[in-house]
Amino acid sequence: MSEVKLFFGPQHPGMHGNASVHLYVEGDLVKKARLVPGMLHRGFEKSMENHTWMGNLALIPRVCVAEPDINEMVFAQGLETIAEVEIPERAHYIRMVIMEMTRILAHMMSLGALASPTGLYTANQWMQADRNNIQDLFEAITGHRIYHMYIVPGGVRKELPQGIETRILDFFTEFERRMPEYHALIFENPTIQARLKDNIMLPEFVVWELGVTGIGMRSAVGKPYDVRKVTPYARYDKVDFEVPVATYSDAYTRSVMKYYEIKESIRIIRQAFDMMPQGKVNVKIAPGNALKWTLPKGQTYSAVESARGEFGYYIVSDGKTQPYRIAVRGASFPQGFLGVERYMPGVRLDDAPLWYDTMGICTPEIDR
Amino acid sequence: MDKKKNLFSPIKAWKYAFKKPVSFSMEDIIDRPRESENNARGFHINDHTKCIGCGACSEICPTEAIVMVKRADLEPKDGEHPERPTIDYGRCCFCALCVDICTTGSMKMSKAYVFNTTNPDTLYKMPEEIFAASGGTITGYEKTPESDLLDLVRAEMPSEASEKAKESFIELLKGYSMAQAKAEAARCIGCEICVKTCPANMHIPEYIDAVGQGDMAEGLALLYKTNPLPGVCGSICTHKCETVCAIGQRGEPIAIRWLKRYIVDNAPESMYEEVLMAPVSAPGKGRVAVVGGGAAGMSASYYLRTMGYAVDLYEAKPLMGGVARYGVPQYRMPEERLNKDVDLLKKIGVGFHVNTKVGKDITLDALHEQYDAVFLASGLPQSRSLKLENGDHPDVLYAMPFLAAARDYLRGQGEMPDVAAKVIVIGGGNVAFDVARTILRFQQEKYGHNQVSLVSLETKDILPADKEEIEEGEAEGLRYFCGFGPQGIELSEGKIAGLHTVKCLSVFDENRSFCPVFDKDQKDLIEGSQVYVAIGQMNDHAYFTPEHLDKAVLKGGKVQTDSWGQVQGMPWLFAGGDIVHGPDMIHGIADGHQAARGIDLYLQSLSQTS
Repeated sequence: MSEVKLFFGPQHPGMHGNASVHLYVEGDLVKKARLVPGMLHRGFEKSMENHTWMGNLALIPRVCVAEPDINEMVFAQGLETIAEVEIPERAHYIRMVIMEMTRILAHMMSLGALASPTGLYTANQWMQADRNNIQDLFEAITGHRIYHMYIVPGGVRKELPQGIETRILDFFTEFERRMPEYHALIFENPTIQARLKDNIMLPEFVVWELGVTGIGMRSAVGKPYDVRKVTPYARYDKVDFEVPVATYSDAYTRSVMKYYEIKESIRIIRQAFDMMPQGKVNVKIAPGNALKWTLPKGQTYSAVESARGEFGYYIVSDGKTQPYRIAVRGASFPQGFLGVERYMPGVRLDDAPLWYDTMGICTPEIDR
Repeated sequence: MDKKKNLFSPIKAWKYAFKKPVSFSMEDIIDRPRESENNARGFHINDHTKCIGCGACSEICPTEAIVMVKRADLEPKDGEHPERPTIDYGRCCFCALCVDICTTGSMKMSKAYVFNTTNPDTLYKMPEEIFAASGGTITGYEKTPESDLLDLVRAEMPSEASEKAKESFIELLKGYSMAQAKAEAARCIGCEICVKTCPANMHIPEYIDAVGQGDMAEGLALLYKTNPLPGVCGSICTHKCETVCAIGQRGEPIAIRWLKRYIVDNAPESMYEEVLMAPVSAPGKGRVAVVGGGAAGMSASYYLRTMGYAVDLYEAKPLMGGVARYGVPQYRMPEERLNKDVDLLKKIGVGFHVNTKVGKDITLDALHEQYDAVFLASGLPQSRSLKLENGDHPDVLYAMPFLAAARDYLRGQGEMPDVAAKVIVIGGGNVAFDVARTILRFQQEKYGHNQVSLVSLETKDILPADKEEIEEGEAEGLRYFCGFGPQGIELSEGKIAGLHTVKCLSVFDENRSFCPVFDKDQKDLIEGSQVYVAIGQMNDHAYFTPEHLDKAVLKGGKVQTDSWGQVQGMPWLFAGGDIVHGPDMIHGIADGHQAARGIDLYLQSLSQTS
């Protein structure tokens, strides 16, 4: 049988983000896969060196579109470490609320993305409808729906608007009531199970070989490795939550774990609001105005747990108004770059989008 | 993980087929768009009457979407650029950093977010145009105190406590440390509104930047480009720059004067030599006489000397410095800092002729014969007198002689002026405060307590003196009688017993000209046995002979010149400083610089025609 070369992305509806994978297919079996990045052509890391510390606020969320706040968080955290600034207690809790709401957004995006490869478009419609409601909340808090630019170095940008706590909690109470419907629609669905179960495996040795973190790792090795637990940031050490684990990592396990993580995130949001003190929401990280903020010389690695795993920035400051160098450790880099080439071959052509989705890949993190 | 399988589970989703859809119809998205949340970052709104065109928004914009555009319809005003921001919505990312850094708070964002066009050129607009086109009316994202990206509070200047201050003449302000100076420098947004307002057009944002980067040599060189007396200016400039500072719109203006002083105080001596001798060239182009060793005269001498002229500076008093030496008290203008600036002039080869009063010791015509050009900056050495009942009493004293005597005494060159235990000072300007606070210190030394009453026509909120003077004077125990007009002096057994005043209702008429209105029924007697008059200074034109006065034009006592300082009718004579523009240190320095350029042009043209 002759080999056929197919382009998966960047316009393919099953593709996540602006990348392309060239698939060499025999019959419907992928024989070879080659990632072709470079569609994003922003050059994030280089571009960050040309923006002021505060000016970067508009650029960094774009490193992951589905989950922008992790970028703001690692950036802000890193700068606070270099500048040796202690941020107000209230800001920590507001940050946790924002981070968990974004995690829910990202997981819903990813579960919704099961729709096109499996034909279950209802899942996507529902997810998008509820994502829209969460984005309304984000708009009320931050002023924008996708790129929030709300977690800033020194705290958060503004005080929470009046009455937002009730709105958020009311929404999630209603959302939790509907969650079994999601479960019934997606995870109890025989067609979904047929496609996802015992398919697209992620064995433990691959985790160690590539350096996969996040759900990919936790579903394969059964260990609760989560940055929120192992090196708690913000105030994750003060709240009570579980990290779901498993030892058999097929596409189904990885997807259903997202469902359980959403439940945990809602728990964290409730606790954060309960524990949130009153007070200031930010401090200045340097004297003067934002055009002239300088950080002391220094370097730091700052990491958070994103929806896809450990996400970090390595930030170097040479004492100027702009970063000397920022390197991004994209959570999806191991599986999305090396993993595609080594372990996508062997799946069937119609499972390629599922492979991409359930492995937890956000392309801009790779193409940065 | 649970793997419950149920063929009927997904079918439950059908119940939503009978519920109201959560999505919007296509028509609604365009015609009835959903209203945004209150905080939404939509199209910009900029209040043009509030905006000062500082360009901070354009500076911070991470996508370079904001361009400052010159607006012909705006009248040029002090304290603003005739420019306003335009926004390219093809680039804008709606991050609202422009809103958060806006100096005036004029930039806001609306809730409007729908704008349809087929022509990409229409995306480049003045903010309110696209906002109006989108039909929006409601404000969305606005800056709050916590989201403000400006630093509105000054780095604190270490100063002497007022209890201790009134007992001595040591300088009150101690000067910034490096950390304080850098913190203060980081507050500047570099809008250059101050540069336009400064009479000398000093390179203010550039030298503030040099302070921020710790580059003292660069800072010093920038200072001397436009101002050869930075030490004097760093202490007592009238700081018009700070008055118009964009940060001052909502907060405390940048301490430009103190940052200048920081450079002068902290630049090492060797650096001074290196930086300042660099532009000086050997004399050989001509000879110029400068009359008056004050700010304008010294400034002209420096620049003429750097241009290659041999300069002789004539001063009537024994020391150079003018008002900085014989007017301003030592707690504001210490001797050492002034000496530093004066010594520099000597070092670059300006010939000093002290104790030489032009018009008495040497005539103006003699100078004309000896030199190629003459720069006249004799200043305002005489006090303006006040016509009062019993105003000719010997205990009615005037500001200028008193301040000069006070400085002489502190320099160890004279007796302590004889101040009474209860003193009245008439006037509301900086000079009146100088007199009052100097007397206060002498009283403290002589009697151990003080009683100085300051009488001014203006009420406290419109006093012409600096705010700091008023506050510091109050802390030191000055008694204010603001809004009172002096009527006459009460005598008792040949000695002054007090000053009769009446309530002053208004100082200026509708045309802003001086025309005080009094309420004669509200009388008061302020106690005191000495009266000091500090209501302004006058010039002394004794050096002008009748022939000169035929040619030169004097208007209201001020010498009329062209923009280069050249006196009309006498091309060899240039004038500047207080005798042309009224009392102002920095204006004098600017006049000196401008006249130096004028003299250079004049002499160059002479040599070319001959």
